[in-house]
Amino acid sequence: MKDKKIVVELSEVTKRYQIGTNIVHALSGVSYAFESGCFCSIQGQSGSGKSTMLNLLGCLDSPTSGSYFLNGQDVSKMDDEQLSAVRLSHIGFIFQSFHLIPQLTVSQNIQLPLSYLGWNKDKSEDRARELATLVDLKDRMDHRPVELSGGQQQRVAIARSLANNPKLILADEPTGNLDSATGGQVMEVLLELNRQGKTIIMVTHTSEIAAHATSAIHMLDGKIDRIKS
Amino acid sequence: MNSRLIEEIATGFKTLWLHKLRSLLTILGIVFGVGSVVAMLAIGEGASQQTLEQIKRLGSSNIMIRSIKSEDENQGNRVRFPIYGLTYEDALRIEFGFEGIKNVVSMKTLEKEARLGRNRINLRIVGTTTNWFDVVTRPLLAGRILSREDSLERKNVCVLTRYGANKLLANEATIGQQVYLGSNVFEVVGILNTEDQLAGSSSMQSPDQPIDAYIPLTTARAVFGDIAVVNTSNSRDRSLVELHQIIVQLENSDLVLSGAKSILRTLKMFHSTKDYEMDVPLELLKQTEKTKRTFNTVLGSIAGISLIVGGIGIMNIMLASVTERTKEIGIRRAIGATRKMIIRQFLIEAVILTISGGLIGIGFGVVVPSVVEYFAKMPTKIPLYSIVLSLGISVFIGVIFGLYPAWKAAQLDPIESLRHQ
Repeated sequence: MKDKKIVVELSEVTKRYQIGTNIVHALSGVSYAFESGCFCSIQGQSGSGKSTMLNLLGCLDSPTSGSYFLNGQDVSKMDDEQLSAVRLSHIGFIFQSFHLIPQLTVSQNIQLPLSYLGWNKDKSEDRARELATLVDLKDRMDHRPVELSGGQQQRVAIARSLANNPKLILADEPTGNLDSATGGQVMEVLLELNRQGKTIIMVTHTSEIAAHATSAIHMLDGKIDRIKS
Repeated sequence: MNSRLIEEIATGFKTLWLHKLRSLLTILGIVFGVGSVVAMLAIGEGASQQTLEQIKRLGSSNIMIRSIKSEDENQGNRVRFPIYGLTYEDALRIEFGFEGIKNVVSMKTLEKEARLGRNRINLRIVGTTTNWFDVVTRPLLAGRILSREDSLERKNVCVLTRYGANKLLANEATIGQQVYLGSNVFEVVGILNTEDQLAGSSSMQSPDQPIDAYIPLTTARAVFGDIAVVNTSNSRDRSLVELHQIIVQLENSDLVLSGAKSILRTLKMFHSTKDYEMDVPLELLKQTEKTKRTFNTVLGSIAGISLIVGGIGIMNIMLASVTERTKEIGIRRAIGATRKMIIRQFLIEAVILTISGGLIGIGFGVVVPSVVEYFAKMPTKIPLYSIVLSLGISVFIGVIFGLYPAWKAAQLDPIESLRHQ
């Protein structure tokens, strides 16, 4: 691999939860550096810590110990408001069950991050149109999510994740709720984004899907078990 | 920033519109609260304005004293020939016994039939002095008012009202026309314009009436005497009343309350029974204002209670909405919305609900008084402040009762919320 910029760096990250009197070690000492422009998959059984890992990477949660640098910035000590700001400007999320807001149109869903960023209406509508064209949904701009198929909804979600031009796209089982044909289409879109230089980290437990990635992390018991690149 | 707020409001509307019935039921409390306040204020304001107008027409520097049958004569032991009421001496005592008095108008009133040819009409004959026309100023339509000379010479002259002139004179020549009042001939010397009487309690009626005919007091005394005879089916009731009413006009309204007190004291000295009654328009005015304040306080409390109940309804539904939309909150938080942005969103929704409720309520509050005005013939007036106040309170209720649900929404953990089904 060529010499590339590191976009995400985890060092000795641990995460503990207290459930009742039990302390659960969700992550116990994870260190890893994700390079800019990589397409990395995270695999593992349920309970292996991959969801916790994704939440930490997505700045939805803070580590109990260790440090997390995103784009050179230490986010492990940030408070809720700062984390929100980081998510808003640097991270795009794609979820297994799409997570579109039902009462908003396709266009408004795509514009959601932009409205929080305070973009003006014209600029943000142009951006939404551009992104909808990218995911091939230009003629569905005024539809509601319920009027779309699963594959289409996921493509809307991808467009939304791109709206803020993020450094990092986090995908949580993006094809998990889709049949293999539409899942394939969605993967095509993600691969295309990666070719254009986007950094994508994807959680999946399907090996076929993971095979698309340029590197793969396998997790077990809150630790990185195997790395394949 | 502004266009963003507009968009947030539009989104809020859209969200609430998804549950039209629920939103409507939620705001009913506010609708009825605001509606009843606006309507009641309009009715109250109309009524008190009417009263104030009536009182002002009586004159705020005037005191009216009327003769009444005293209570012990009304009850049980009926006197055959009651003698009661204000006397000519009372009028003199008031006129010369007190400081600061501008006019004292004595009135003797009798019911008589007026006749001219075939035209007949029952009039209230008012025997009075020339200063009547200074105290009860009404525009003169034709001719002249009664003069000092008329009084001194006890002339048989009368001044009619427009109403009386229309009924009685019809097409005949007006001024100088001879008419019968009872069995006596009087010459019409003038015609006055009178305003239409407003409905109201008798104590607040203005001293003149459309059916009046004014003659000199001296003439009334000479021609008709002080004894009134009323024929009933089985007997003739006679009574002796010298003056039916005295209007005292003071120099200014500051003297009214103390003047009224000392006049009452003097009257008490010379009357063995209380056969007179005093109305002080200024006192009524003050009382009306006090009543209005009490009315507004009571109304305000009722409004406050109903708006709190309405607000609790809003809070209830907003809490349900937060629970129902946990996932949406999670999505928004994941995308990067801060807690403040979530609070803002839910507050906007709550305020949209209460403002809509307020506006619909104002709609009702405007329609109801006009219906009341139409059917009950009661004047109503919608004061501008009631509308501004209602809208202000609606926003306030939305913020107060929306704050807790919004805060609760903002406190949700993003990860938990995303997992919520």
